Amino acid sequence: MVSTDTAAWPAVLSVILVAVATLGVGAVGLRLSRTTSDFYVASRMIGPRWNASAICGEYLSAASFLGVAGLVLTFGVDILWYPVGYTAGYLVLLALVAAPLRRSGAYTLPDFAEIRLASRTVRRLASMLVVGIGWLYLLPQFQGAGLALRTVTGAPRWVGALVVGVVVMLNVVAGGMRSVTFVQAFQFWLKLTAIAVPVLILAVAWQSDGAPDPSRPQPPTVREATTVRVPDTVRLRVDEAVPVTMRGTLDGVRVDGPVVLETGRRVVEGGSEVTLPAGSVVPHVESVRAADGATWSQPLAGAGGRDHPTYRLYSLLLALFFGTMGLPHVLVRFYTNPDGRAARRTTLVVIGLLGAFYVFTPFYGAMGRIYAPDLLLTGRTDAVVLLLPSRMLPEPWATGVSMLLVAGAFAAFLSTSSGLTVSVAGVLSQDLLRGRLRSTVRGFRLGAVLAVAVPIVLSFATLRTSLADTVGLAFAVAASTFCPLLVLGIWWRGLTKAGAVAGLVVGGSLASGAVLWTIVFGARFTDAATSVGSSPGLLGALLAQPAAWTVPTAFAVMVGVSLLTRRSVPKSVGRTMVRLHTPERLVLDRGPSRREP
Amino acid sequence: MAAATRPPNRPPTREIDEQTDIGEVYMRSLLRAQLRRGLTVLAVVALFLAALPLLFTVEPRLASVRILTVPLPWLLLGVTIYPLLLAASWWLVRAAERTERDFAELVERN
Repeated sequence: MVSTDTAAWPAVLSVILVAVATLGVGAVGLRLSRTTSDFYVASRMIGPRWNASAICGEYLSAASFLGVAGLVLTFGVDILWYPVGYTAGYLVLLALVAAPLRRSGAYTLPDFAEIRLASRTVRRLASMLVVGIGWLYLLPQFQGAGLALRTVTGAPRWVGALVVGVVVMLNVVAGGMRSVTFVQAFQFWLKLTAIAVPVLILAVAWQSDGAPDPSRPQPPTVREATTVRVPDTVRLRVDEAVPVTMRGTLDGVRVDGPVVLETGRRVVEGGSEVTLPAGSVVPHVESVRAADGATWSQPLAGAGGRDHPTYRLYSLLLALFFGTMGLPHVLVRFYTNPDGRAARRTTLVVIGLLGAFYVFTPFYGAMGRIYAPDLLLTGRTDAVVLLLPSRMLPEPWATGVSMLLVAGAFAAFLSTSSGLTVSVAGVLSQDLLRGRLRSTVRGFRLGAVLAVAVPIVLSFATLRTSLADTVGLAFAVAASTFCPLLVLGIWWRGLTKAGAVAGLVVGGSLASGAVLWTIVFGARFTDAATSVGSSPGLLGALLAQPAAWTVPTAFAVMVGVSLLTRRSVPKSVGRTMVRLHTPERLVLDRGPSRREP
Repeated sequence: MAAATRPPNRPPTREIDEQTDIGEVYMRSLLRAQLRRGLTVLAVVALFLAALPLLFTVEPRLASVRILTVPLPWLLLGVTIYPLLLAASWWLVRAAERTERDFAELVERN
């Protein structure tokens, strides 16, 4: 007999340890950070290895640590494209952006816009986009924290979000970027350990269990009698009648005892408990079609029942490829490199470290199909990573491994949220609060509070989107706005202010329109965490994965309007190109150097 | 006397600083070399990545090939792809640094 409960105290201890370690490492950094420049960009004294660890620490979010495995459990091999895309995005960054961006001397994306185009309007527009993308990316971190803490302790969802929010705020407000750099680097290695070591232990357990094949032909079945708590009301699609024991409400009727879930649609109300007998086929939430093993392990076979899998896959890849360069928390890290060459080397190390991390994540999804298929009943598959130890290991191994995974997950929430908070706070205080406060450090702190508070409040509203999917939407917006701005700004002299504004407005509104529609209305059609873009038909697919049409449109508008206004190409463009592309050691006129913020 | 009609021998860095036509030629050649290489590497990687899912659609039997119990698509997408990405990036970094060194030597000569 298994259930979704595990002892709460080891998990709580884990969370506390990670929080204390984070603040502790942050405090060491704090002693070293004293000036405003330290606050924002760590005085640019950080070497490629530290910097790369910090970038990865910041980049590997809840979506990578928990979300990918959850989606693999539901949708199978196609999901492996997510981590591939998350990594390949850095190759694009390396090839087109890393060194010139560092050489531009910009601290933030809005800085780059202003340096390149000498325009306050473009700057302001870029600031608003940074804040929007930052909030969209922070949202799933807080949601994930809530979900994770509820999975391992049963605490209400808002507790996890609040814990992460408070720790991030303390850390960022106290230390700024320098302390965050140490923290991020530390958290990357914690996350890598936390994802890798359990794989080895779980693999031994799986082998000694006779190595059951995750891609075996039949649809997912529970191996032992399993009690599932249903926290929120779900609509189920039952393909095969299952006799269960239930306490709660089924199709509006109160049930307490044995009952048969007949085929068809069934509604199980929130707060119910369903016990599936050993060997029964798991009824899936309505938004997910049960897949046999062959469909699940075959690319583009459409496992899980999302339509237009080919379009979705390619559009997603495009978003991840071109979105990475537009993520504000990633870019801000490049300014901490001493020069353009170091920026390139940092990116190279990042690609190596990310690969080392992502080879481990699919394993959890595959194991989940054997040992935790009951998650398909609630649709909360994001919990699979945290649930596996108690399903596969005897005590005390289960508790130990589970503690490690909880620590890794919280490191993921903390580091990504810290990085995003620093960038959003930087932009808020430099561009939107400037002049209203006397000291920049005070402005930064106020910015940090705002940066965290808004997405926390949003995360309390139950948005039923999976972690990796929401993050995918942030990538789509970034790819449709900052990617054309950066690529054209760095490589094409012809970019004009009007072109940039038009491209940012068109790309930004198309992509965020699609995103809002998907988050707000898309969820109406379905019930569960796996629901982004399950709204039916081609239109649903186009809106759920908008990058394939929004990115080319944004590029076309930016180029087209620039050509129409080609007389207004900034006169400084020649000098700017020298600054962006020539190695620093050459003595050349690079135009006036920027003031420190 | 012939020397007086020849343009003075000016270092390329000055041509770049004064944004003369010659300076522009230096800059354009640097930009073109870097951009062309970057786009080529990206195109090759993108084609490879885009072709992988199609490969299994065109030849579904490949999907059931197993190596050490792991199905081929899982192995390719989950593991093999990362060293390939790393190799491509490593080559790109080296080549970009070489281009910059050559450019620096070119414009610093007197």
